[in-house]
Amino acid sequence: MSPEAGGAPVLRLEGLAKSFGDRVILQSISLSLGKGELKVLIGPSGSGKSTLLQCVNCLIQPDRGEIFLDGERLERGDQRALRLFRQHVGMIFQDFNLFDHLTAADNVGIALRRVRGFSRREAARRAMEELARVGLENRAALYPAELSGGQKQRVAIARALAMDPRVVLLDEPTSALDPELVGEVLAVIRDLSGSGMTMLMATHQMDFARALADEILFIDKGGIIEEGPPALLLAPGAGSRTLDFCGRLSLELR
Amino acid sequence: MIDWVFYTERVLPALNKGLAVSLELILPSAILGFLAGVLLGAARVFGPLWLRRAGDAYTAVFRGVPLVIQLFILYYALPKTGVYLSGTAAAVLGFILCSAAYHSEYVRGAFLSIRRGQVKAAQALGFSSLQLARSIILPQALRRALPGCGNEIIYLIKYSSLAYITTCVDLTGEAKVLASRTWRFTEIFLAAGVYYLLMTSLASFLLRRLEARLRLPGFGRPDSG
Repeated sequence: MSPEAGGAPVLRLEGLAKSFGDRVILQSISLSLGKGELKVLIGPSGSGKSTLLQCVNCLIQPDRGEIFLDGERLERGDQRALRLFRQHVGMIFQDFNLFDHLTAADNVGIALRRVRGFSRREAARRAMEELARVGLENRAALYPAELSGGQKQRVAIARALAMDPRVVLLDEPTSALDPELVGEVLAVIRDLSGSGMTMLMATHQMDFARALADEILFIDKGGIIEEGPPALLLAPGAGSRTLDFCGRLSLELR
Repeated sequence: MIDWVFYTERVLPALNKGLAVSLELILPSAILGFLAGVLLGAARVFGPLWLRRAGDAYTAVFRGVPLVIQLFILYYALPKTGVYLSGTAAAVLGFILCSAAYHSEYVRGAFLSIRRGQVKAAQALGFSSLQLARSIILPQALRRALPGCGNEIIYLIKYSSLAYITTCVDLTGEAKVLASRTWRFTEIFLAAGVYYLLMTSLASFLLRRLEARLRLPGFGRPDSG
């Protein structure tokens, strides 16, 4: 899905910066995501991808910079505003972070009940819908310990989608999975992108990025080094840092 | 030859009376001590630095000073400062203050074992700190603290026998009174011991049932999934 020409961005970051002590993690990141766009963050580990994603919803408080959702500036110090903002920004983690003491259905439904005030019944109904969407309606009563890695990540995706997010952040959603389980998670993300969800995703899955990303952002040492559509950055002979990095990635896999 | 009449006519009525007093001490102490321990444990993990320090200091004192001394202070020394407590109040307060310190250690360990990632996931969904504590952290932490806290409640049942220090005539007190009147120490204290054993056995049976009910798949015995 490509963004509507001239459409206002759903998510816009302006000069986001973060340091831990005198170690600079993010230099000054600016980017914008149009409605239905999928942008992919690529870069070596430790380059700041994960920190960037966690700064977007202030799980890590950025030192400087502004965050806009649908044109509205986030007042980062205002806890109420921040909680409301987070409800609209879904987040998928590398290691799933499901709630160990709740079934798959309750993992999806708990935030609906506690945060959005759904009744128990209404939350359960919605949770089943979302689990069906990721193909897990027959796993609703199982606990996280009884699910495979791929199933856990799909429950985590259902949990994020149940909140009707305007944008979803994905932090290497397949990196903790066994190779044979990566496909089922990527398929769910592909469907999501196909249905017009706006997404910002850090990943090492180059084939996925090549096929589905509207734009690739190559990040190194906390800054965006290159950005552009995959057809441009990954064209043979493009001479881009991105292409060079991908070459090394596939060498390591061999 | 066992003198059954002595048991049915003298020992059991006295011990039953003492048992009622013991339960009046144990039940509020167990419940309030546990609640205070959860609050104290939470303060020692999640509180600001000064509160964590204060909680640590409290635990060091109340875990480090013998309960007998604490009870003496509550009942005999506090009145010198103008605070008068009845024997029962002093005993219950002493048990609560002491068991809260122990509970807080078990609860603290349980809080520390909750993975950061789950906290982040809940925050990312828009949970407030209170919702996070109630729906995500407490249900998991209390399950993990339960074996340790149960152990503390069993201890409490036994150290409740120190209530005689604040002049409460509980199970142990009744036994002592009767023994000093009749000089039949063996029969009386054997019977009192059996009473305590029954109380602790019942408590540990109930705690096990609770543990089994709250058990989650993927935790505990590997054969039971």
